[in-house]
Amino acid sequence: MSLTGLVIPLKGGIVMDMKRMNKIVEVNPMARWAVVEGGTSQGMLKAYLQKNHPGLRHSLPDAPAATTIAANVSLHGQGRLTQQYGFNSDMVTGLEVVLPTGEICRIGSPSIGPHWFSRGPALPDLSGLFLGWLGTTGIITRVGLMLYPNKKIRDVELFVTDRVELIPEMLFRLTHLEMLEDINVWFQPKPLMFQDNFHITIYFTGDDDEEIEFKRKKLWGVMQPYIDSRDGGFMSIQYIREGLLEMPQRSIADFADVPKGGGFEYSGPIVPIDHFPRYAAKLVELAAKYRLLYAGAARLISGGHSMMFAVSFAFNRDDRDLMARVKEALEEATEFALEQGGIPWKPNFIEQKMILKKMDPSTRRIFAMIKKNLDPRGIMNPGNWEVE
Amino acid sequence: MESEASCSQNTHAIKHGDIVHRCFRCGCCKFPSDYNDFNCPSYRAFGWDTYAPGGRMWLIRGWMEGEIETNQRFAEIMYACAVCDNCKNQCVFPRFRDALPDIFEEVKAELVEEGVVPPPVRDYFKAVATNGNPYKLPQATRGDWAKGTGIEKFSGPEYLFYVGSVGAFDEVGMKMARSVARLLLKAGVSVGILADEETCDGNDGKAMGQTGLFQQLALDNIGKFRQKGVKKVITLDPHAYNTFKNDYPALGADFQVFHHTEILAELLRGKKLALCERSGKVTYHDPCYLGRHNGIYAPPREALKAVPGLLLTEMRQSGVNAFCCGGGGGNFFTDMLAAGEDSPGRVRVRQALETGAAVIAVACPNCAKMLADAVKTEGLEERLAVQGVAEIIEQALS
Ligand SMILES: Cc1cc2nc3c(=O)[nH]c(=O)nc-3n(C[C@H](O)[C@H](O)[C@H](O)COP(=O)(O)OP(=O)(O)OC[C@H]3O[C@@H](n4cnc5c(N)ncnc54)[C@H](O)[C@@H]3O)c2cc1C
Repeated sequence: MSLTGLVIPLKGGIVMDMKRMNKIVEVNPMARWAVVEGGTSQGMLKAYLQKNHPGLRHSLPDAPAATTIAANVSLHGQGRLTQQYGFNSDMVTGLEVVLPTGEICRIGSPSIGPHWFSRGPALPDLSGLFLGWLGTTGIITRVGLMLYPNKKIRDVELFVTDRVELIPEMLFRLTHLEMLEDINVWFQPKPLMFQDNFHITIYFTGDDDEEIEFKRKKLWGVMQPYIDSRDGGFMSIQYIREGLLEMPQRSIADFADVPKGGGFEYSGPIVPIDHFPRYAAKLVELAAKYRLLYAGAARLISGGHSMMFAVSFAFNRDDRDLMARVKEALEEATEFALEQGGIPWKPNFIEQKMILKKMDPSTRRIFAMIKKNLDPRGIMNPGNWEVE
Repeated sequence: MESEASCSQNTHAIKHGDIVHRCFRCGCCKFPSDYNDFNCPSYRAFGWDTYAPGGRMWLIRGWMEGEIETNQRFAEIMYACAVCDNCKNQCVFPRFRDALPDIFEEVKAELVEEGVVPPPVRDYFKAVATNGNPYKLPQATRGDWAKGTGIEKFSGPEYLFYVGSVGAFDEVGMKMARSVARLLLKAGVSVGILADEETCDGNDGKAMGQTGLFQQLALDNIGKFRQKGVKKVITLDPHAYNTFKNDYPALGADFQVFHHTEILAELLRGKKLALCERSGKVTYHDPCYLGRHNGIYAPPREALKAVPGLLLTEMRQSGVNAFCCGGGGGNFFTDMLAAGEDSPGRVRVRQALETGAAVIAVACPNCAKMLADAVKTEGLEERLAVQGVAEIIEQALS
């Protein structure tokens, strides 16, 4: 479900379906971590916690619930708690990995004891040999994952503006509060009610009404200057509230059926938040150039140091010409992101080559060294992260 | 818009073929709404995406485009669907999700046309075509279940009680049918049966793509009902209820149909049956053809709650999220859904066990049999019994 074809066997081989290795091995409710097997889905951990530890949650991405936790961390996914705590892979507290040699290897605190509380520190952090490598250095069979407080109430506000240049500043002010859950910015031409505006969805949580209302007051407070200057305002969300609060937000997939064709794909570079306006402009430009239906969405990461900016295009699988145009547009988006100093996220094999080409040669050498040493025969997800 | 390239490659066409490529493969179709377990019986049984609705959609696409040829393996995968309708309820695409079951049925119809169906499916069709029932039992014995109940052959009463093949021939089904018959009579309902004149309703044959046989059975039943002056039918079986209600009208049927739990709930509401205290804890299993297919969730529960002292508890997957017993779509007869630990019936009785109930109440003879067998396989006979809603009510009669 990576939407970039990361499990297509580019050079033949065996595709491993991990989903039957799906146990939730352990939850430490006090230290707030869970250990799950390599095929455990996001949906299952969510349901398990809801039932057994309702005071805890994990950083659920908006990917379909069937997607696996191990895959998500191996591509540096982001979820509902990424704005507060970083990439979902930053929340890993230990790994068990099967190396290409067949050895089973534990990473972090589980390598020296029974407790899955740290993926590296105070040791050298070896998890970086597997996280972000898209399965090209080993197969993750267990993941330790940080859990977080699941506050009793979750609420959402939607701020709307047509002043794209003000968005970085707005996000800066919102993150300064240090009290919001997730922050997403999105814009799309369809349906018409959303056209020509940028929407900032602001999620916040609390254990009681007092906490919720305090946070609401604060976030309204930081946006008040934009309301006063008529640069934006909070939108009534009566009819879309339920959908916005859903986790995972299933309606995201709806975009795929707008051209009645079952597909959309996005290039989602990780970029500094002040670059939002240029990516927004590029997306609209690409959509016009390639005659595509677009949606733009950004999710803040780690309190606003960066964001994932999704350049999404919907297509119809029965329309080969449209699919070819989407592919070209996405490649151009990746080229643009690299020019701007962004990092393409979950890059497909073509984008991986573009990244490696742009990479500092000494970094590329380390990259090649690691890959060669861990997978000397190139048997893991061949065609991906190959340094020529 | 269809490209010329894709059209020219098509080797198989189905009515809803223009929708197949719109499946996004998000996989929501195989979950209940809270994701707590898988809710697609064939995916739960086999654990491969091939057996989930999304996987089937993608195979069908390959098959339509000529990448996959019609063969036994393809047919086995298509026939391992229990037609439980969970996918239709969970699919995130409102613009086409209702067509999912139609697509699967249309593919099976195409397989029937091509003559490539799994042997048990072929045997089922043959048995129904030649005997009027899948058990290959003589038509003359079809009314034997009713002996001793006092219910008589239909001769113009208000209701026809239609029991279906499982109610007429299977030991578990017969028990359920007898309870319903006795309760109806006790409550003073004017009702009769067709006995040796009853034939299969065709629901499962249709679900297996045998549209010709279905039409023949349906037209035959419609004619027979009309000739006898049947205006209202009570079914034992949600499968018959489903096809009478949803398929027969298009073929000219003009009778009203009720599931027996709807009638029982009404009788209890009207105090037509007096019940005494019965302690214990029971959990209710929603049959797919009653629940998801027809939205009937409340009446069986209402009937159970009418028993003083009886505690009704819900399984974690219930109502619209109920997990299928695995017996739908003809699988009750064809058994295409593996018999291992993850077979739907066994999963379901383990879910029932979690509730602490001593009885699984059922409203469908197919479910009753599937779950009763699963209770035995799981070695739970001492802890769990499977009983029809009517049987439970009957035991509480004062
Ligand atoms: C509608 C929609 C919304 C989405 N929203 C989000 C979102 O909010 N956040 C987000 O992060 N992503 C999102 N995604 C993208 C994607 O679905 C997720 O990142 C998801 O986690 C991928 O999981 P998967 O199990 O499908 O992985 P796959 O596609 O099967 O695999 C992805 C990569 O991980 C590797 N991999 C898989 N399992 C292992 C393992 N056990 N060990 C080592 N490597 C492995 C594979 O080789 C591959 O390179 C979204 C996708 C869709 C369709």
